[in-house]
Amino acid sequence: MPTPRPVFLELWRIKLPLSGVVSILHRVSGVLMVLAIPVVAILFHQALSGPEGFAATVAVLEAWPTKLTLLGLLWALFHHLMAGIRHLFLDYGVGLDRAQSRQTARLTLQAAPVLLVLSIILSFLLGD
Amino acid sequence: MSRQASGLMAWLLQRTTAIYLAFLTGYLLLKFIFDAPADHAELVAWVAHPVVAMALMLGVPLGLIHAWVGIRNVLIDYVHPTRLRLGLMTGFVFIILASGLWFLKAIITAGLGR
Repeated sequence: MPTPRPVFLELWRIKLPLSGVVSILHRVSGVLMVLAIPVVAILFHQALSGPEGFAATVAVLEAWPTKLTLLGLLWALFHHLMAGIRHLFLDYGVGLDRAQSRQTARLTLQAAPVLLVLSIILSFLLGD
Repeated sequence: MSRQASGLMAWLLQRTTAIYLAFLTGYLLLKFIFDAPADHAELVAWVAHPVVAMALMLGVPLGLIHAWVGIRNVLIDYVHPTRLRLGLMTGFVFIILASGLWFLKAIITAGLGR
């Protein structure tokens, strides 16, 4: 029985669907945040240990390699949060049909960078 | 751990912890974007506030369960050699537990010096 669908295994033509992209980035962002847990624990403890510790933590956070890392982690948090909320709705059967699923996947992928830029702008406006 | 945090239980734990963590991280993001503690005294006062301290202390075990179930799923899916997978899982358990204890120590001792 011939199938009417185009069947091919060319790796360059096979694309992960948008929900697949959201899903794999959900995993990537989760792993990134897990790797950050011990560092955050150490910095949080140090900041609470006393005024010197607080100053030391601020110095670490204001170094530019840390700032770049923080941007990455903030993106990870936003993406993980947005994709997680989407997955919870999918678990409850909301947004399962293909058109809606594609739409929310695109929305999720766009929301994380938008929220990232928004929080950068806000912290610039509110900080000095 | 593996018996309690596997299969349906892991699935359920991942979703229930996610809901709490979504609210907690939402609050933390707003707090640190709009009203970040400016010095040590402010940070201690914030952490030692009973509601904040309780929310954070509940967030530690829930966050670590969420992290563990997630990293376990990733390791099971992508790391196939059994010894390597078990080694990595053990390493992550140690790191996650140690970090959790360190977080709790920081929160509990925050108000003591005042």
